[in-house]
Amino acid sequence: MTPIDTEIDTELVRGTSLWRDAWRRLLKNKLAVFGLIIVALVTIASIIGPTVIKRAFGFTPDYIPTSDVRLIRSFPPFTGPNGEFSWAHPMGTDNAGRDQLARVLQGGQISLFVGIISTLVSLIIGVSYGAIAGYAGGRVDNAMMRVVDVLYSLPYVIVVIVLLSMFRSQTPRGQLILLFVALGSVSWLTMARIVRGQVLSLKNQEFVLAARATGVTAPRIIFRHLVPNTLGPVIVYATLTIPQIMLTEAFLSFLGFGVQAPLASWGSLAADGVQNIAIFPWQLIFPGVTMALTLFSLNFLGDGLRDALDPQMRTT
Amino acid sequence: MFRFIIRRLLITIPTILVVISLTWVLIKLAPGNFYSGEKRLPPAIEKNIREKYGLDKPWYQQYGKTMWNIVRHLDFGTSLRFEGQSVNTIIRRSLPVSAAVGILAYLLALIVGITVGSVAALKQNSRWDYTSMALAMLGISVPNFVLGPILVLVFSLTLYWLPPSRWGGFPSKNLILPVLTLSAIYMAYIARLTRAGMLEVLRSDYIRTARAKGLSEKDVVIKHALRGGLMPVISYTGPALAFLLTGTVVVERIFALPGLGNYFIQASLNRDEPLIIGIVAFISITLLFMNLLVDIFYAYLDPRVRYQ
Repeated sequence: MTPIDTEIDTELVRGTSLWRDAWRRLLKNKLAVFGLIIVALVTIASIIGPTVIKRAFGFTPDYIPTSDVRLIRSFPPFTGPNGEFSWAHPMGTDNAGRDQLARVLQGGQISLFVGIISTLVSLIIGVSYGAIAGYAGGRVDNAMMRVVDVLYSLPYVIVVIVLLSMFRSQTPRGQLILLFVALGSVSWLTMARIVRGQVLSLKNQEFVLAARATGVTAPRIIFRHLVPNTLGPVIVYATLTIPQIMLTEAFLSFLGFGVQAPLASWGSLAADGVQNIAIFPWQLIFPGVTMALTLFSLNFLGDGLRDALDPQMRTT
Repeated sequence: MFRFIIRRLLITIPTILVVISLTWVLIKLAPGNFYSGEKRLPPAIEKNIREKYGLDKPWYQQYGKTMWNIVRHLDFGTSLRFEGQSVNTIIRRSLPVSAAVGILAYLLALIVGITVGSVAALKQNSRWDYTSMALAMLGISVPNFVLGPILVLVFSLTLYWLPPSRWGGFPSKNLILPVLTLSAIYMAYIARLTRAGMLEVLRSDYIRTARAKGLSEKDVVIKHALRGGLMPVISYTGPALAFLLTGTVVVERIFALPGLGNYFIQASLNRDEPLIIGIVAFISITLLFMNLLVDIFYAYLDPRVRYQ
């Protein structure tokens, strides 16, 4: 990390909040800024992309150009119907002649959505669990954290696969909800540990004592006084959880347990692409590279946030 | 130390039973069963088969029998899909495949990861440091199901150097691509952990003492710094095993290897209950005992852990 410049001293007079300070440090980290820009671009492109493509070229992600199976062709990127250069399909088309760019952007919607929602689920469980364990202390804490230790050592992806395959929903939407629950409920463990550690160090401070002395109830102390103070590490870890969950989702979808057709995610697109790797390699490469780039950026952003918000947490 | 091991065993064994029971409950709670698939059997035949496998008994008898057989004989029953083959036979047949790929990938990840990470830490902020850490980040971000097919595309379908898939016995060219695919992400993690651990240790007092004594840089690094710097790597080896096991599922699928992971996916898709429970149980037992070994090793290295 770069040492704080002397020029900041003059600005300190104005006084900077923790968040403003962190933001400044984040902007100094080139890799984190790169990550932030890429993540923002991918997110915006995924959200508005399919609509823009529909307006500009007139097709949706599921548009199949012909119902005649014999006429369906997979175009390489930048190729028109007669083999000439064309901007119509910058990522080529898939097996059914659907535009790959539109599919990748639509897949991005699902992948990012699953990543964010499942992270929120894990955030809610992890923060509550960790805060309660830390505040309660003693035996309760011991028992609760032992449970976390035990869960840590489980092959949880294996259990998730059993869960997803056994309760396979008949509708794509149902399967998506199952996916949120399954992914969120297995990825809260580290969050619980982090929050517990924070709460342990906070709960003996004066403001908690003051709150207790004025008769504030325990749940209110936990959620109104302690949890807001753990926000820094929680945000950092949540940013690092999103790519992990997206990776797990892609892994499950790749194996056929995750997102169901007609919905697509980067994982299921990659699974489709692998079938034709020898003949149409772009069907794997584009969703794969888009996903890798997004995860790469999210990881850099998370690392940058950690350096900016909590320099002491730099362990990995 | 002895008490530490006993205490850990007292947690490990119930955990294994809980995992097996949880899987069993999940399977029984789920709607449908093996026979509700696409090929419907005539009711009379289904009834006979159910009787044969004991599926007509009430749930507590089925549960009791399953658990008893596992606890008493380590017997997981007979597969429904692969008729006449016991789950134990299937595991015995597929385990060597998974183990070969997994262990090789693990060793490769450790050797390359520790080397790259230590060099990066020793030459902090050098070009080598930045390049290797960017590569490590890339390794963490590229999913193995993308990396594997791309390696196949390059080395098998374009250069024709290596076979693209299938199992070819233990020392064979077929192993190279699966092992590389599986180890990439662990290599990256271990390199990052080693770098972080080494950086912290290199600043510590005892390293300064070692240098002050006039030890050569080689001795300082290998005899003193690596011991402390590798602690985070050792504590990662436990969780890494779990990830390695799930990684093999994808890698076996991509490279069409007849390993445990591939059988597990097939069993889950077919609802082959005994095979699912057998593989989950086997994986949990292996994993938890490996974790136990890692913990004991860790406690042996770092006495502070023992007295917690």
